[in-house]
Amino acid sequence: MTWDYAPAPESRAIANLKPSYRMFLDGEFVEGSGEPLKTINPATEEVLAEVSTASASDVDRAVKVAKRAQDKVWGPMSGAERAKYIFRIARMMAERSRELAVLESLDNGKPIRESRDVDVPTAAAHFFYHAGWADKLDYAGYGPNPRPLGVAGQVIPWNFPLLMAAWKIAPALACGNTVVLKPAETTPLTALVLAEIIQQAELPPGVVNILPGAGDVGAELVNHPGVNKIAFTGSTEVGKIIQKSLAGTRKKLTLELGGKAANIVFDDAPLDQAVEGIVNGIFFNQGHVCCAGSRLLVQESIAEELLEKLHKRVSTLRIGDPLDKNTDVGAINSRDQLTKIQDLVATGEAEGAVRWTSACPLPEKGFFFAPTVFAGVSQAMRIAREEIFGPVLSVLTFRTPDEAIAKANNTPYGLSAGIWTEKGSRILWAANQLRAGVVWANTFNRFDPTAPFGGYQESGFGREGGRTGLEAYLDV
Amino acid sequence: MAASTTTTSGSPPEFADATRDETSLRRFLHGLPGVDQVGVEQRAAGLATRSIKKASKMWAIDMAISMVDLTTLEGADTAGKVRTLCAKARRPEPERPEVPHVAAVCVYPDMVETAVAEVAGTGVGVASVATAFPSGRSSLRIKIADTEYAVEAGATEIDMVIDRGAFLSGRYGQVFDEIQTIKRACGDAHLKVILETGELATYDNVRRASWLALLAGGDFIKTSTGKVSPAATLPVTHVMLQAVHDWHAVTGELRGVKPAGGIRTTKDAIRYLVAVQEVAGPQWLDPHLFRFGASSLLNDLLMQRRTQLDGFYSGPDYVTVD
Repeated sequence: MTWDYAPAPESRAIANLKPSYRMFLDGEFVEGSGEPLKTINPATEEVLAEVSTASASDVDRAVKVAKRAQDKVWGPMSGAERAKYIFRIARMMAERSRELAVLESLDNGKPIRESRDVDVPTAAAHFFYHAGWADKLDYAGYGPNPRPLGVAGQVIPWNFPLLMAAWKIAPALACGNTVVLKPAETTPLTALVLAEIIQQAELPPGVVNILPGAGDVGAELVNHPGVNKIAFTGSTEVGKIIQKSLAGTRKKLTLELGGKAANIVFDDAPLDQAVEGIVNGIFFNQGHVCCAGSRLLVQESIAEELLEKLHKRVSTLRIGDPLDKNTDVGAINSRDQLTKIQDLVATGEAEGAVRWTSACPLPEKGFFFAPTVFAGVSQAMRIAREEIFGPVLSVLTFRTPDEAIAKANNTPYGLSAGIWTEKGSRILWAANQLRAGVVWANTFNRFDPTAPFGGYQESGFGREGGRTGLEAYLDV
Repeated sequence: MAASTTTTSGSPPEFADATRDETSLRRFLHGLPGVDQVGVEQRAAGLATRSIKKASKMWAIDMAISMVDLTTLEGADTAGKVRTLCAKARRPEPERPEVPHVAAVCVYPDMVETAVAEVAGTGVGVASVATAFPSGRSSLRIKIADTEYAVEAGATEIDMVIDRGAFLSGRYGQVFDEIQTIKRACGDAHLKVILETGELATYDNVRRASWLALLAGGDFIKTSTGKVSPAATLPVTHVMLQAVHDWHAVTGELRGVKPAGGIRTTKDAIRYLVAVQEVAGPQWLDPHLFRFGASSLLNDLLMQRRTQLDGFYSGPDYVTVD
């Protein structure tokens, strides 16, 4: 007797998908002079829409109109007035949340449950939160009347397309900056619907400009002399290139890069919830999360029991159609990313780690990868050191708390970490020892606009969110 | 508890050490991994977003009907009321004989005889609350007598309450002994152990009480009497489902779970069934291993069943109100 859940797909029509999308420049949707790109649905490999991209001259124009808007309108405007616009954007996002969620799942491949319950509400929350700051910057702890920086050039990744746009745009606007944003090549659609919302909210032309394109557009933007601040979220590799190219300029920079977070489970942890946290840490968003808990560090005395529970739990994850409301793990965002995951997994096997992969059925079409757990991983293996950015967990063990911390910190990254123990004093001790920008205790992958987010070392610098996050957009 | 533990009928060999004496029992229960409140509530809320449609919904409705312990536990109960309840239990929807009968009726001990006569030969069980339900505040002698009274009258299932006072003051041995004693008094009747989770207050306590009841030989662990608020909740049921799952993993024995009180709608019931499937396992989707203690739930299940078949909602005038 089995109970199979009938397919419960969200209607694709809700996404209001259009055959073509154009870039948003100076308050209008215009044809870019770059080569148009085709964005596909990674779950089916079908083309969703054609999107115009920016050329060098478009970038130049965008920066100029952003500069004009900053000088003439947005900069001089009172904080209370700016707040009204930002609140309006937040409200309109919330009103169109279903449309945004479905579109996000189509373009990115993430399950609708997640875009509906996490991405879109959190994105709107970032606008709500920062709207509140716009007229209170005097009290943010940066002295009286802190000034904006000017034009912010922002380049965002494909893993949380709308949410990352919100993370970038909301604080920039609250602080009085104007924005030129480049969404990721494979996921430009929700940012362009956000542009539509921004247009309907009657934000003055030029305050926000959204220019789709590939890395070359990002490079143009980063290197444009008219830009005062660069905010980049993406790979450590590209982050390094950006930092090099900005050296010697007066541009302010924040980078939010890769990670290889340790999720540390002590022997006195609440085991069943630790299992949930591990699953949420690495399989949330197909593991396409820079702060994913991709290294599980478990105390040897409970390793066997925990792994058994983990395998059982991971076996219940449902992989498939991202639009099905019961899907837990959706599609890998691109063929390139899928290949990268497959390569690293092959390396793990070759290096002698013990692979366990969920027996869940995978769809025939599209880019999918079954949740995978490697046991017997040692620090020396590539799967313990390199960011896989996929649904692949590496399990290592430790014997003592000091060893756990040493292993957790033994990485060039330092974005996030998790601690699982029922002992409060151990949480505080471990949190102080861990070199990571975000430390979660007895939970993982929780995001809130009030909490600053950012990394150590090769995970980048600067913080986004909270009072601390304002610093990145103020001349302090 | 020294006397009774020499004859630990309930504890399998894996746990012989745990139940050796009061100290061992305490050590065992306090050695169970904690339950993180935020985590278990998040997981329960996450699973509650499963969308169950079409054939899978129809299947769930019929399964839920067959899992109902149709309950009346009122001071105002009469033989007439119990007879009506039994008629409903036997054939929940007179015009549609294909609707399954419920698992059992659940009544006070003095109503068992009436109920037994009404459901004889139908496959519907008769469950009786016992042991000074709902508070459990009486002597062991009276609790045994209460149980025997119900069993002799023909009850096939006994829903006992634990002594929450003893549990909360840490006298686990006393609770253990009492469950074992009642289990013996049950004879062939199945024993459901009501933890009254609303009074235990923490998830750690719910987990400990669940294991205590399983160790002592309870066939089912049940959330609530229905007389205390909060009664059954999804996260509490998650903790209990996890306990029977873990029990099975160690001993190979299958024990059941019964949330009771506050489950009134089909939507709620389906959320519980999703938890059964995904937390305990598909094996537990069986009236022998999962029950709903409910009264008004049944009519909502019947109305939703009609809606599934007819394509429109007909409302409460089309099901029998008893």
